[in-house]
Amino acid sequence: MDMLEKIQVALAELFPETAPLVSQEGEGGQEVPPRESGALVTNFTKYGSHLDVLCRPDQVVSVAQIMDREGYFLEAISGVDWLDKQQFEVLYDYNRLGGKHCRVMVRTRVPRNEPMVPTISAIFPAADWHERETFDFYGVHFQGHPNLIRILLPEDADFHPLRKDYMP
Amino acid sequence: MTVPIHLRHDETFVLNLGPQHPATHGVLRVKLTMDGEYIVKAEPVLGYIHRMHEKLAEGGSFAQFMPNTARMDYLHALAFNHGWALVVEKAAGIEVPERAEYIRVITVELNRIASHLLWWAAFLLDLGGFTPLLYAFDDREKIIDLLERVTGSRLTYCYMRFGGVYNDIDEEFIAGTRDFIKRLRGRMPRLYHDLVTHNIILIKRIKDIGIISAEQCRRYGATGPVARGSGINYDIRKNEPYSVYPEFDFDVPVFDEGDSMARYMVRMHEMEQSMRIIEQALDKLPDGPVMGKAPKVLKPEAGYYYSAVETARGSLGHRLVCDGGKNPYKLKLRSPTFSNLSLYGEVAEGMLLADALAFMGSLDLVIPEIDR
Amino acid sequence: METSIWRALFYLVGIMAFAGLNAAYLGWCERKGAARIQRRIGPCEAGYAGLLQPLADGLKLLSKQLLVPQGVDGIIFRVAPVLAMIPAITSMVVIPFSDNIGARAMELSVLLLFALASIGMIAILLGGWASGNKYAIISAARSVSQNLAYEIPMLITVITVVMISGSMNLRDIALDQQGGFWHWNIFRLENGHFLTMWISFIIFFICSVAETNRAPFDMAEAESELVAGFMTEYGSMGFGLFMMGEYLNIVVGACLTATLFLGGWDCPFGLTPGVWWFLIKIYILIFTFIWIRWTYPRTQIYRLLNLSWKILIPFSLVNLLITAALIKVF
Repeated sequence: MDMLEKIQVALAELFPETAPLVSQEGEGGQEVPPRESGALVTNFTKYGSHLDVLCRPDQVVSVAQIMDREGYFLEAISGVDWLDKQQFEVLYDYNRLGGKHCRVMVRTRVPRNEPMVPTISAIFPAADWHERETFDFYGVHFQGHPNLIRILLPEDADFHPLRKDYMP
Repeated sequence: MTVPIHLRHDETFVLNLGPQHPATHGVLRVKLTMDGEYIVKAEPVLGYIHRMHEKLAEGGSFAQFMPNTARMDYLHALAFNHGWALVVEKAAGIEVPERAEYIRVITVELNRIASHLLWWAAFLLDLGGFTPLLYAFDDREKIIDLLERVTGSRLTYCYMRFGGVYNDIDEEFIAGTRDFIKRLRGRMPRLYHDLVTHNIILIKRIKDIGIISAEQCRRYGATGPVARGSGINYDIRKNEPYSVYPEFDFDVPVFDEGDSMARYMVRMHEMEQSMRIIEQALDKLPDGPVMGKAPKVLKPEAGYYYSAVETARGSLGHRLVCDGGKNPYKLKLRSPTFSNLSLYGEVAEGMLLADALAFMGSLDLVIPEIDR
Repeated sequence: METSIWRALFYLVGIMAFAGLNAAYLGWCERKGAARIQRRIGPCEAGYAGLLQPLADGLKLLSKQLLVPQGVDGIIFRVAPVLAMIPAITSMVVIPFSDNIGARAMELSVLLLFALASIGMIAILLGGWASGNKYAIISAARSVSQNLAYEIPMLITVITVVMISGSMNLRDIALDQQGGFWHWNIFRLENGHFLTMWISFIIFFICSVAETNRAPFDMAEAESELVAGFMTEYGSMGFGLFMMGEYLNIVVGACLTATLFLGGWDCPFGLTPGVWWFLIKIYILIFTFIWIRWTYPRTQIYRLLNLSWKILIPFSLVNLLITAALIKVF
């Protein structure tokens, strides 16, 4: 899987303090090797992605640039609301169209009361609509987005429905 | 149009290709800023059929979400069923018996042919040819009758369960499917290709219209026939095989031109390849149970799971985040048409209105899938 | 008898009846023809084989409220549909149905027919403009440019026929072609005209499909792009009149084609000429119009105009020159 090694090497420059970890089977999920940031190789058959990268919010744009350089495309951006930890998590899914196959999941956590993530829509125009959707559902603010308005809910809605404490 | 024209941005008017329009396949609004017949800016406005399926997933258990999967892309509902079943089976570690996998593949491919037939019919209706609609629906009716016998529904199938399928197929279904394939293969050359594909008016109407480059596809995340029409050889059934697809011998049609004609030809060839897959699956169909062992109450391990399937429109992704409870903690549905439509604004600039509508038809949009 | 009041009344009633029945029942023909081409049945409930369907549709349209939206130009909005019907019915005055059935055989009947066709074009423009709807205005603009472009080759090919027959009187043109199909203008065997007349026929036929806004040239009412084009804002009888006007234009186009090229009321083998041959010819032509409509998708507006300006007009001009040369030589 030289594509996987290639991307790990490329991402390593962003995470100098940790060596690439390999997930241990049966440890019960990816949360268990606790780490601040870094790339973790995961079992593709079980989890559906080859690499799990946890990064800081300000590193998101650099990661996207590395991915773009290596020829990946942005498949989806999702948000997760961890109410007990008072954090939002933004998940980026990257994939390659053809050639060596490698799926990379990039995660970043932001505090719930001030969710700000820089936008990657300048690098991947696909992010334009995906970030609008994440903003629409969670209220995560993407700094630098050209047109951060609601996409699926009515324009005058003042709530973010996928938050765990949302009461209709 | 080969000559670039100079658009006068100060003399424009806004035309609403409103939610109710014969050519938008569902409720899609496109705000067009036009200069005469030329489009200066095209901005799709979504959300008219948004039903918040992702929140519905969080509110119920894993099994309770299965009917919802069919309501998103109702034309290829079985593939959406399949994607959801795959991701939950990955998360919970459920094994699927071989006969069930084969049945899944047969029904998904039949549904793919039905979806492409309806795309073909609606595309030609947009261009002004009414008759192919009736011919395609004739064939589609046969598929729907076959699938109704087995699944119980005509359009929004809820056929798959975690661990297999809920109903076995019988001899009449197998014989009916073989008859249908023979019939469609007989009708294809005359009714589909001679009458329509080689029709000079159609060729002039869609050749060199809406050219999407491979780089644009990558930057916008377009997959499926849209990407394969621009020369990108990526099909999840071949590149990231799931279920029993590695056992079948089929080709992935790829055309390089990137115009609407290329996307049209990709889908027509895909119908033939789907028929090949179904024939091979029927020949190799093993005996056995159709439902594996699955616990009554599913509580998968906490983690981040992803599954990708190839629908008629592209790569459908389910991003599932589990926290160990009975309900999914978060489900993100990555719908292929959402990404395919995002490149509409860039490509439709400078096109004529009629060409922009032909281009939109060639993207094969199903709005409930975009809006979820 | 020429100036008798009874003759005038007879023709008035006769032409109105012919026009009315055709307008109503061509709709039935189209729906049945479309249905059979599409492997379904078409209207079959109202009356035997759906023959009472046009009556039912007519009653429905009459009983609906004539909705006049706010912001339209009141008088023009109401006048436009009527203006679409008038030229079609008036054209039937000069058409020779048979040797002794023809309301008025005017010396310049060809000219009259084309003048009336232009009024029909204006009706579409007025209808679209007065609606105050952007889709309608786009459609009206497309329709005017298309009709203008296709009138020119039509006129040029008609000039070739007029040159051969030597008269603009439709009755004389038809009389010139009596005696069997080898005398018909489409085959015109004497003087070497058979080389060019079939080209004239094809150009004329294409132009009449385009002039009557039928598919594949139905830009004006391109259903999937412009909803209903210039007819979007019209309901009930306004819409009904536009549709009837369109069908009557088809009838007039078919009558003109039959008279100019197919020998009018002549039998193909010269045996028993009469009005029934004329009717058979026009209905075969109308069936061809319907057949073409349900087979082909629509072209684009610039290809449509290219076809006329860059292909049909040069061909028809060359055709005219060759015909004139042949007349001069022989």
